[in-house]
Amino acid sequence: MSGRRSRSRQSSGTSRISEEQINDLIIKLQQLLPELRDNRRSDKVSAARVLQETCNYIRNLHREVDDLSERLSELLANTDTAQAALIRSLLTQ
Amino acid sequence: MASLISDNEQPSMTINPNSTAHVRKKKRFSSSSPSSSASISTESHPRWRSEKQHRIYSAKLIQALKQVRLSSSSSVTSSPTTHTRGKAVREAADRALAVSARGRTLWSRAILANRIKLKFRKHKRPRQTVIPAMTTVVTTGTSRNKKRRVSVVRLNKKSIPTVNRKVRVLGRLVPGCKKESVPVILEEATDYIQALEMQVRAMNSLVELLSGSASAPPPI
Repeated sequence: MSGRRSRSRQSSGTSRISEEQINDLIIKLQQLLPELRDNRRSDKVSAARVLQETCNYIRNLHREVDDLSERLSELLANTDTAQAALIRSLLTQ
Repeated sequence: MASLISDNEQPSMTINPNSTAHVRKKKRFSSSSPSSSASISTESHPRWRSEKQHRIYSAKLIQALKQVRLSSSSSVTSSPTTHTRGKAVREAADRALAVSARGRTLWSRAILANRIKLKFRKHKRPRQTVIPAMTTVVTTGTSRNKKRRVSVVRLNKKSIPTVNRKVRVLGRLVPGCKKESVPVILEEATDYIQALEMQVRAMNSLVELLSGSASAPPPI
């Protein structure tokens, strides 16, 4: 393992964080994104594009969570305790 | 160093690279093998997609939401400010999500620290030494799968400032990663995205349940 680390350090002489590591992390990130994961084309996706899609995806998820929170708050305000207990029992079965 | 690696994710990758394909399959078809993914609790990718994790999170979410509802109904100001109630629900959901992370990630600790207003700085140091050891092991796995997956263009000198800028933007989106280094931000982002996806799925199913029961009472 120390041999691999010295080899990756030689690729970039200045910083301890090598480009190989960053590249691997970006590949992992790309496979999480729904738009770039099922890409069947053979051309490569640039790192900047992956990062841009990641930012957009996180913003989308935040917005979805906010919308769902608002809907949940309205629904919770209208239902009474009996239905909430019913839902809890349904979820824990 | 070995103990630090085991504290972080993916200890099975040191054994053989064939397990990475198994991990990827488990990520996609998590519903078909809930028992096996629940037993391996230290891997990051199936962690947020297992049935057991889903149950844990939804139970915590229900409890937190009930507390929110009770506190808002007991207060005098029951004004129709859906934004404040929505924000309270969002915070409760985020808090439940952060607790489900069991304190292993930066963003979960940042979310909880913002609520309680404490700082957990002593946990940040060991994480930065773990990351180089982990990613050097990952190279053996991804080199096998590159024929199926699209590979990323190697970073050249021109694109480094662009990548740096975008990583900084990403760091501002993920809670608690504004001042972290690049690999830390990338790793936190992968975990955060999966946790957020689980949160969206859980809240979606909860909304469906609530709206379904409100319109037509179940025949029990």
